[in-house]
Amino acid sequence: MSEFNLTVNGVTHSVDVPEGTSLLEVLRNDLDLKSVKFGCGTGLCGACVIWINGHPTPSCETPIEYADGASIQTLEGLGTEANPHPLQTAFLDHQAGQCGYCLSGILMTAGALLRDNPSPTEQEVTTALERNLCRCGTHQRIVEAIMDATQGAS
Amino acid sequence: MTAELPPTLAANPNLSKWININSDGSIELRIGKVELGQGILTAITLIAANELGVDPGVITMTATNTSHSPNEGLTAGSKSIQDSGPSVSWVCAEVRRLFAQAAARLADLQALDLRPVNGEFRNLDGTYIASYAELAGLVDLNIKASATDLPNNETTQDSIDELRRIDLPDKIFGRPRFIHDLIFEGMLHARIARPPGPGAHLIAAPVEEVKAMPGVRTVVSTGDFLAVIATREGQAQQAADYLAQHSSWTESKALPDQDALVDWFHEQPVQTIQVRNDPMIGRPEPQLSATYTRPFLVHGSIGPSCAVATLQDEVLQIWTNSQGVFGLRSAIASALGIKVELVVVQHVEGPGSYGHNGADDAAFEAALLATAMPGNPIRVQWTRAEDLAWEPVSSAMVSHLAATINQEGRITEWSTELWSNGHAGRPGYNRELSLLSDAHRSGIGQLPPAVDPPAEASYGGARNLEPLYDFPSVNLLAHRLLTMPIRTSALRSLGAHHNIFAMESFLDELADQVNIDPLEFRLSHLVDERAKDVLKAAAAAAGWGEKLPDNQGRGIAFARYKNRGAYCAVVADVIAVDSIEVKKLTVAVDVGRIISADGVRNQIEGGAIQATSWTLREEVKFDRSKITSTDWETYPILRFREVPRVEVHLISRPDQPSLGSGEAAMGPVSAAIGNAIFSALGVRLRNLPFTQENIVKAIEAS
Repeated sequence: MSEFNLTVNGVTHSVDVPEGTSLLEVLRNDLDLKSVKFGCGTGLCGACVIWINGHPTPSCETPIEYADGASIQTLEGLGTEANPHPLQTAFLDHQAGQCGYCLSGILMTAGALLRDNPSPTEQEVTTALERNLCRCGTHQRIVEAIMDATQGAS
Repeated sequence: MTAELPPTLAANPNLSKWININSDGSIELRIGKVELGQGILTAITLIAANELGVDPGVITMTATNTSHSPNEGLTAGSKSIQDSGPSVSWVCAEVRRLFAQAAARLADLQALDLRPVNGEFRNLDGTYIASYAELAGLVDLNIKASATDLPNNETTQDSIDELRRIDLPDKIFGRPRFIHDLIFEGMLHARIARPPGPGAHLIAAPVEEVKAMPGVRTVVSTGDFLAVIATREGQAQQAADYLAQHSSWTESKALPDQDALVDWFHEQPVQTIQVRNDPMIGRPEPQLSATYTRPFLVHGSIGPSCAVATLQDEVLQIWTNSQGVFGLRSAIASALGIKVELVVVQHVEGPGSYGHNGADDAAFEAALLATAMPGNPIRVQWTRAEDLAWEPVSSAMVSHLAATINQEGRITEWSTELWSNGHAGRPGYNRELSLLSDAHRSGIGQLPPAVDPPAEASYGGARNLEPLYDFPSVNLLAHRLLTMPIRTSALRSLGAHHNIFAMESFLDELADQVNIDPLEFRLSHLVDERAKDVLKAAAAAAGWGEKLPDNQGRGIAFARYKNRGAYCAVVADVIAVDSIEVKKLTVAVDVGRIISADGVRNQIEGGAIQATSWTLREEVKFDRSKITSTDWETYPILRFREVPRVEVHLISRPDQPSLGSGEAAMGPVSAAIGNAIFSALGVRLRNLPFTQENIVKAIEAS
């Protein structure tokens, strides 16, 4: 076991976990942040995407060592029902979800895109989501919701 | 007057089984159908709110539980709205009448004069009498539903047509809601170390060595079942990986040769049903015939299977996202030799399963491991590779179609011979050994072959084998394999997907043969007006008949799911240059009376996109020992950049019963895409998926 320090959604935590533990496990099980989802364990589906120092990253294949001292943001830190991120408002308005398991990773990927590029084209949105999978077929609503949340949307 | 109770209400007639009205104004509703991401809880809330005359916000839908909920069987076959809808509607209408009578007694009025709006009973002149909350203590709901005519709900508030999904806010704000998110005091993590492939048996495992690994609490080794329970999730995974790598197994080559799958299907022992056997007309016109195939497909839930169980004070409590908690309870009780009354199965929402995936197996594994460590909640989590290799998949299918057309361009004879593994292997359907690890722990490498639902339940492999078209002579044979080296069970629409793909593609071949427009050809063979209407609606919306640019193609297809469910027609627009791009799907749907228009749209959009993925990309790959497509690179599914635009047109039939929409689009989408590719390239694709490789093969063969 080793001690690691990380700032998650603005709060600093110190965790004592075995070396090599995945960031996904630390976030879900040690810090109880259940928005972060396990999907494939190999960074191929995007369900576990969070931000590490602002970069959207799959947490499943990120060892805790890599996150030591880093600033992490998860969906819990993106917005709340009382103070939602524009993406969350748009996803609700478009009812952009079926089972919803892929949504947190998609919201975090899209959140980073809009932060860096407030008026993306639809093609830029689908390219950003290249590594996020949705099995229910909610893609169309998700893209419409993201476009609706962009600065260019009226 | 007496009337017949809806079937699931007749089976669970006590009103209090379904509903509680509380004195704080809240209403608890229980149904036996479970939320799969299809929005059933929202649709049922809407039905109840309208029937009771209350705000939907006061209704809480309690998750299905084998102890408290009405048993409505499986959540499958697009039947949730058809089963739960009428029962809830009836229950709420009866509750409303009982409360109206109580309010009337208070005010010395006729109950019929009372109109509940927003939970309040008022006289026709608007005078307030009492609310559901105030009357709660006066009405006993522990009574049986009465088989008498009920007041219609025109006497309640104006109907609410749309309600936002009640489960979505949790999912969009990242709050725990899924089976994966459950935590309990003292919960331990389990992982299974699977055999290398179906049929392999354990020779030796380094059990003691693994027991000494960090965090490992115990190793369970029974027959061919090997599992690890550890304090931390990562430790469990590490130990299970080590166990899998360092155990020795017998070699098994039980799987068929993937390159000769059609021959293999033909060689297997089968059980055959004659779905239809009309006298042959035997005209001398030339016959056309073709063989269509579909590969094995996975459910491919984005969250691999997961379950939690605990054995405490002799009661085995299981949390699962199974689509059939009641059947699962019986199967687990019987497998573990525990009285069924001592097993409680609680449904928790999961990632979309689209049929019978590994959820039930994971639930059994959690239960089995919980009995090994009484008092500790045990959480089982499958890996991605386990989910893609060990969940029951949907059977590959092969069909031979033949038809005769007369000189007027009408089909006179139609025949199909079909081969498929069974599509029903759920606990409760297959009586013996339906759970993967139950077989493995008994040293049984392969589960008994999956069966099929009977004709009354619209078949399995033979679902939609019968054309809805008006053909004078139809002959249909369906063979179900009695061997099952690759484990199969139910996937969204069962055999209907392949049968509609084959039928609607072959119809296009016939239309082409006699040079008749595919839409006209279909309309001229249909008598059902609702069928014709969806075809015409989809065609009109898509601009059927317009001239298309080079390299573009347009195709149409139609089906009525199960020949008694929703009507669906699809027009596909494709661009065929270096590869196939499905640009747009125009879908027209008739689900009878629409409960939630947005709910239907969402289901149809999702079905259409998932079916596009099946059509263009998906195929379970295997060698003679095991399934080899075990990640999203070897089993690719459609990505954001590849999804078509889906345009949904709803045909409203307020006077017709509501029909489920979840499975209606699957078959028509695959056929419409194939027909569109034929229109673009002049090449007929008879083998799914339409990958570059299969297209090249089809070009070479033509």
